[in-house]
Amino acid sequence: MAKLPAPLSQIVDRFGPHTKGVPAGGWAPIGEPDRFVKTHCCFCGQQCGIQLKVKDNRVVGFEPWEDFPFNAGKLCPKGVKRYMQDEHPDRLRSPLERVEGEGFRPVSWDLALDRTAKEIRRIQERYGDDAFAVLTGASLTNEKAYLMGKFARVAVRTANIDYNGRLCMVSAAAASKKVFGIDRSANPWSDIPKAKAILVAGANVADCAPITTDYLWQARENGAKIIVLDPRMTPIARTVDLFIPVRPGGDIGIFNGMLHVMIERGWVDREFISEHTTGFEKVEESVRKYTPEYAGRIAGVPPAMIVKAAEIWGPAETSFLLHARGIEHHSKGVENCMAAINLVVATGRIGREGCGYAMITGQGNGQGAREQGQKCDQLPGGRDIENPDHRRFIAEVWGVPEESIPHKGLSAVPLLEAVHAGKIKGLLLICFNPMVSLPDQNFIREALEKLEYFAVIDFFLSETARFADVVLPGSLMEEDEGTTTSVEGRVIHHRKAVEPPAGAREDWRIVCDLAARLGAGVKFPYGSPREIFEELRTASKGGVSDYFGITWEKIDAQKGVFWPCPSLDHPGTPRLYEGARFGHPDGRAHFQAVEWRPAAEEPDAEYPVILTTGRVVSQYLSGTQTRRIAGLMAQEPEPFCEIHPNLAARYGIEPDGFVSVESRRGSTVVRARIVRTIRPDTVFVPYHWPLARAANNCTIRAIDPVSNIPEFKICAVRISAAPRPDDAIARLPPEAGGIA
Amino acid sequence: MSELAFFIDYSRCIGCRACVQACEECDTHRGVSMIHLETIRRADTVQTAPQVCMHCEDPICARVCPADAIKQTPDGVTQSALKPRCIGCSNCVLACPFGVPKYFGAIDQMMKCDYCYDRTSAGKRPMCATVCPSQALAFTTREEIERKRQGTAINLWKFGGEVVRTKISVIVPSGVSEIRIGESALSRAGGPAGATEDVAVLLGEI
Repeated sequence: MAKLPAPLSQIVDRFGPHTKGVPAGGWAPIGEPDRFVKTHCCFCGQQCGIQLKVKDNRVVGFEPWEDFPFNAGKLCPKGVKRYMQDEHPDRLRSPLERVEGEGFRPVSWDLALDRTAKEIRRIQERYGDDAFAVLTGASLTNEKAYLMGKFARVAVRTANIDYNGRLCMVSAAAASKKVFGIDRSANPWSDIPKAKAILVAGANVADCAPITTDYLWQARENGAKIIVLDPRMTPIARTVDLFIPVRPGGDIGIFNGMLHVMIERGWVDREFISEHTTGFEKVEESVRKYTPEYAGRIAGVPPAMIVKAAEIWGPAETSFLLHARGIEHHSKGVENCMAAINLVVATGRIGREGCGYAMITGQGNGQGAREQGQKCDQLPGGRDIENPDHRRFIAEVWGVPEESIPHKGLSAVPLLEAVHAGKIKGLLLICFNPMVSLPDQNFIREALEKLEYFAVIDFFLSETARFADVVLPGSLMEEDEGTTTSVEGRVIHHRKAVEPPAGAREDWRIVCDLAARLGAGVKFPYGSPREIFEELRTASKGGVSDYFGITWEKIDAQKGVFWPCPSLDHPGTPRLYEGARFGHPDGRAHFQAVEWRPAAEEPDAEYPVILTTGRVVSQYLSGTQTRRIAGLMAQEPEPFCEIHPNLAARYGIEPDGFVSVESRRGSTVVRARIVRTIRPDTVFVPYHWPLARAANNCTIRAIDPVSNIPEFKICAVRISAAPRPDDAIARLPPEAGGIA
Repeated sequence: MSELAFFIDYSRCIGCRACVQACEECDTHRGVSMIHLETIRRADTVQTAPQVCMHCEDPICARVCPADAIKQTPDGVTQSALKPRCIGCSNCVLACPFGVPKYFGAIDQMMKCDYCYDRTSAGKRPMCATVCPSQALAFTTREEIERKRQGTAINLWKFGGEVVRTKISVIVPSGVSEIRIGESALSRAGGPAGATEDVAVLLGEI
């Protein structure tokens, strides 16, 4: 059915989001807790170490974990307040079933699981195995990510499984694989302060990866010159040596222009290039036309900025490249990353102390979750689903015939397009909130409404779960145990702090119960996440991301283990590519020549302004967790639109007035924030809010042809002053998409 | 081993408010944050500045208190007003040059940052400086600051003719020995003095 079973306001009243501002047990001094549990933040890819204070099986506060090497006690506001999720009033405590016209009613676990299994088989018998799809998330632990990949292929027997890392890291991953043969940040963060030149491309680290700012400031204190590329002057850009306010979509102009100048001035390492790389001739040929003037026109910046960037980067002794969604969320995201990485390889500054590059993971387990086989094109260990050897290896681990493993399925956006087209009829979703996070929200809602059966595993009733036929209440990170792989490639241990509340279950138990009902119980005999990890270790053995030598004990003893770690006596690999040995079979890095091309939708007379989207520091992804925490909502109560005063004046938009941002696909009305810190041809709206406040009402479903990442960072819009909205949605609480 | 001290470096502040969120977790005033984050002319800049109690050597808030409710510990930490003594007159609120003390009507008492005394007196670091992700707030030794950071840590303030020395130091460009309020930029910007933060001007569009 997959339509809202009751009026929206009624669903919001009952299931939220509501904010919680008082911890379990209240604000009164708690005295000594029963215990401190050393674990990690449940939010972004930095996965900071934190200690949760537990009293009477409730998380009542936190204490910094100063011995954990990555963050040494440091936390952002999300990390500080994450513990407020425990005992949240919106928490789902029973399976739910939609009742048309009434909303959701609690049902037994048996009924909810039986019905889901029955519907999966009904749809598959009628329309074929691939007509039932599974969508998962990059915030799942490695164990759960592995489980979901196996569940989809062995229990459901569908090719169509993909995950929301498709909205996050896949362009960086694809580029890294093409150039280096391995998909992982090349260096631990401890190399950043040792670099003399740093290029931060499309990474608003102050809001999206706050702990990284300390590493950058340490580098600055050590004399590093820092270059930042961003259409907005972010807090990190304010005091660096060179801020390049690049036009969204113009990044290749900067990178190719810098390389052009570096070749001209002799700032490339010809010896390294000839000994350790392939393909530089093509790159040299391709950047010949990217003179500073031509490159500046593409990037929308003065040519002198590109020359200055080359002058900082080119002759430096050591250097470090960091990139993130700003260059990755494009229909040419992979090419953007490859053009940036060319700057690293051309100087030979990689695989040594203070020399390297890193992609900044956005989602909690953005790195690990894509290695364990829940991508439509990958099997565990980063193996290729179309490679017969890889298929045979995994088939043996799983104890199934190789031919029974489905081949490559659809990635997230095409998968939802197939739902919209009526080709996929059923969907199981875990840890994914497309009704906030995917582009072109009207289209996504239409797609969900076409499903014959829709089941969701989640711990809150997310904006997407409202459309479900059955909701299965899962577990918070602190209610389960498992591992994630941080932005550095460090595999870490999330410890269990409390039991799930009565009525909810650990996600892995739900999935194993479903597998049993689908007749595959013998393949899912796990008694704990540790048993899943033991199988994962074997499944990754010999793969690119080899976890075989990693045990939970070793993680605890070493405070994390970097993969690859191929044997039990191996200490792990913090820095890849030492000795200039790369991941391709020939051991070389493969340069990729990249030409600039326009975005899928450029501004024109009708829609003359560029919309770019991103985050604020107090919210995480689709906000389904952070919009429920009062302190975090207080920081930014609602979304806003940053507009340069020159642009605002043109359209008569007043400070703090409302502005309508409208694209060919939809619109959002948010408060205007008129600031000089953004390009005058670009507006910015953070994407964490739903419904009429969703930036993704406007964004476009154009995707990168290689990574299938959507072009969140650029679409054409028109803006106009708007009255304060006063419809039913505007009257919802701000955390639910209303207006304060 | 040298004594740990509190340092503020405004050039590192990213405005994330982790300090504000963490402060309300302190056991002595759970649920109420005692640190402020100032947003400075957001229309023109992303500069922000955290403000804790500076713990003046000669705290004016205590001097103007008619009820003698504000005490200074022997190690130089100025405390919130004592509950039985505070008469809620707000003299301290008006007198503080840094704008730190706050009067809470619901409890008829002045409260302010007390250097996380429950933590610092037990050898722990203050909550705000521990969590600060950019280490704009740092609780460390003066030696470490001098070794690891550029600029100078100073604690001498001049508000017009009023000279104030504080327990907490701020990091400013090398060569600066005092801060004259209204005359000296607090930012340790890497760019040239007076560099614009207007992106249109950077792009050459007026």
